Amino acid sequence: MATEQFTGAEIVIKALKDQGVDTVFGYPGGAVLPIYDAIFKQNDIKHVLVRQEGGAVHAAEGYARSTGKVGVVLVTSGPGATNAVTGLTDALLDSIPLICLTGQVPTHLIGNDAFQEADTTGITRPCTKHNYLVRDIETLSRTMHEAFYVAQNGRPGPVVIDLPKDVQQGKIDTYLAPEEVKHRSYRPQVNGEADHINEAVELIANAKRPVFYVGGGVINSGSSASTVLTELVRLTGAPCTTTLMGLGAYPGTDKQFLGMLGMHGTYEANLAMYNCDVMINVGARFDDRITGVIDEFSPDSKKIHIDIDASSINKNVMVDIPIVGDAGRVVEEILRIWKEKKHSLDAKSLKAWWSRIDEWRAKDCLGYVQDGPIIKPQHAIKRLYELTKDRKPYITTEVGQHQMWAAQYFHFDEPKKWMTSGGLGTMGYGLPAAVGAQLAHREDLVIDISGEASFMMNMQELGTIAQYKLPVKIFIVNNQWMGMVRQWQQLLHGNRHSESYSDALPDFVKLAESFGLKGMRCQKAEDLDQMLQEMIDSPEPVIFDCQVAKEENCYPMIPSGAAHYEMLLGPEDSAAKPISEEGMVLV
Amino acid sequence: MAPMDTNIESRTIAVLVDNEPGVLARVIGLFSGRGYNIESLTVTEVDVAHGFSRITVVTSGTAQILEQIKAQLGRLVPVHRVRDLTKEGTSVERELALIKVAGAGEKRVEALRIADIFRARVVDSSHDHFVFEMTGQSDKLDVFVDLMQPLGLIDVSRTGVVAISRGAKAL
Repeated sequence: MATEQFTGAEIVIKALKDQGVDTVFGYPGGAVLPIYDAIFKQNDIKHVLVRQEGGAVHAAEGYARSTGKVGVVLVTSGPGATNAVTGLTDALLDSIPLICLTGQVPTHLIGNDAFQEADTTGITRPCTKHNYLVRDIETLSRTMHEAFYVAQNGRPGPVVIDLPKDVQQGKIDTYLAPEEVKHRSYRPQVNGEADHINEAVELIANAKRPVFYVGGGVINSGSSASTVLTELVRLTGAPCTTTLMGLGAYPGTDKQFLGMLGMHGTYEANLAMYNCDVMINVGARFDDRITGVIDEFSPDSKKIHIDIDASSINKNVMVDIPIVGDAGRVVEEILRIWKEKKHSLDAKSLKAWWSRIDEWRAKDCLGYVQDGPIIKPQHAIKRLYELTKDRKPYITTEVGQHQMWAAQYFHFDEPKKWMTSGGLGTMGYGLPAAVGAQLAHREDLVIDISGEASFMMNMQELGTIAQYKLPVKIFIVNNQWMGMVRQWQQLLHGNRHSESYSDALPDFVKLAESFGLKGMRCQKAEDLDQMLQEMIDSPEPVIFDCQVAKEENCYPMIPSGAAHYEMLLGPEDSAAKPISEEGMVLV
Repeated sequence: MAPMDTNIESRTIAVLVDNEPGVLARVIGLFSGRGYNIESLTVTEVDVAHGFSRITVVTSGTAQILEQIKAQLGRLVPVHRVRDLTKEGTSVERELALIKVAGAGEKRVEALRIADIFRARVVDSSHDHFVFEMTGQSDKLDVFVDLMQPLGLIDVSRTGVVAISRGAKAL
């Protein structure tokens, strides 16, 4: 009997199955028709048809971030690939493992400016962790498995595999299984160096004012990383803050949790960072939203930095003890040594440190007053949290004020429940990301906390929600402004609202209905709870147009170019502290 | 916080990579995308059987930037090894130049005389030109090129620096 023959397209599908893929987000086109044909002939992998390729990538990000698995995207050549670029960049900056399969014109036409040809590997080189152009079917199965290995190991990220149509249609009788493929060069360091870990333990043990500063690396490291980190923080009794990407890595309702830090972080988190004597950075990267002006970032502390990516260490902030390794593994080791040596922090110093923190907490920096019929956006999100928290919802967001309010007023006690575009700040991320999260968790409550402007950026994905009957709740915090742009224009540009008004908005209720979804509109504070409950209880997808106070600003805020101690707590502060010229050039 | 060093240093970095399509673009894109300097860059396959290419890059920056450059190179997927030849002990650095000088009479004689002093070889000549081949450290090549300037220098092609560490250890 003749040996079994596979087409390239069949090898792609087989490799996906062998990698444990059950869902692919994509959009067909000429250069990927053979793969779509192979998808048609099988039932193991579900293909989810999005409405634009950008939506496919964000959906795969939502899927990946809510499951810990690799998200898979399938798009055609040329415009299919270029539409994917924003999502790929988003995944690169937020370290989301993705495989993006792109169709390509047949190899003999590459470079001829053929129809729907783009130099996909050239375009995506700076916005992927790695990419491949498969010119020869012989290398296809190896490349597929290598790509999965690269996407997941080390600091996770997006990997593009560009597949010329003739490679998809070619035939071959050999297929390498995942276990037969070993990468030639890529061996990320996962275990931290023992002497650095020992030094770190000693430094923590002698700290008087320690703070844990936790980032998305802990979430990427897997649920056990959150467990060991939580145990370590509780054992030491030290305060803990997280970045935007790290929300959920440490329980958000825990008394040792200071809230998020950074530009719109809490007063207590930022002042703890400024005043600490030992900072333990676990899987965060000292980015500019966190540090404020670098020269005045936590000037008196010794810093420990645990990161799987050596290039994150000493990039923005010089640290005293660098530990290259997987966040979970390193924290587990620190915890083991801590217990073994029966360490504990000096009780008197720790008590004094907490009493200072409690004074900062007493400022109640997230306080707001909800009175009258107009809904404060903070109130809308706080009520949404209170009414949904028992169901442990998956939350996605778009980008802007609503995103920061969601980060401030929603609390996450578990990892993988919070999906937001942190690094790239991609408006339009949340709706497709919610599609991905809902597909992975059909029975769970998935809410896209959105702004009306961001929603408009990828609202074509309502079609996907309708087609797959995904009960996603789209909660639009509608203030009729690109709120964060308006806020910056107010604070930095003399209140000149250049092009930041959301004009000509659709009727969101009718829009929902036109897709066969449920539409709701809430305009009065007194109706909010009851309508929110109706949304939550609805088995259908819902667009909830929550019309809120139009010109509310997001506080607290570290203005650009300022230090942690220069936080603005409210409008009175902003008037008193004008932003410097140097600060204005920063974003 | 450790003090930031503002001193600019020059370094020669050797990078062993898989000889695969796009690998040079990745390295160059890394430097341009992140605003690092490339003073010189050479690349060619050095191990056909294993498919390794070796890139030698001369770059400059503060100590912190130089560490970043090495870390960023190190995380590129097809990169096997990154070595800072300047920092990790002594190394031999060489560059090759082909230098075309056109002219006649006294200047022509003078060019040949200086070439002899610099141990440059004549690899092509006619009645009105020489092509010199010269190997050495880059600064020696610079001096020779400068001396040829008034003597009819019309064309220069240089390879950029290649380097290898001294002693018995390999990359």
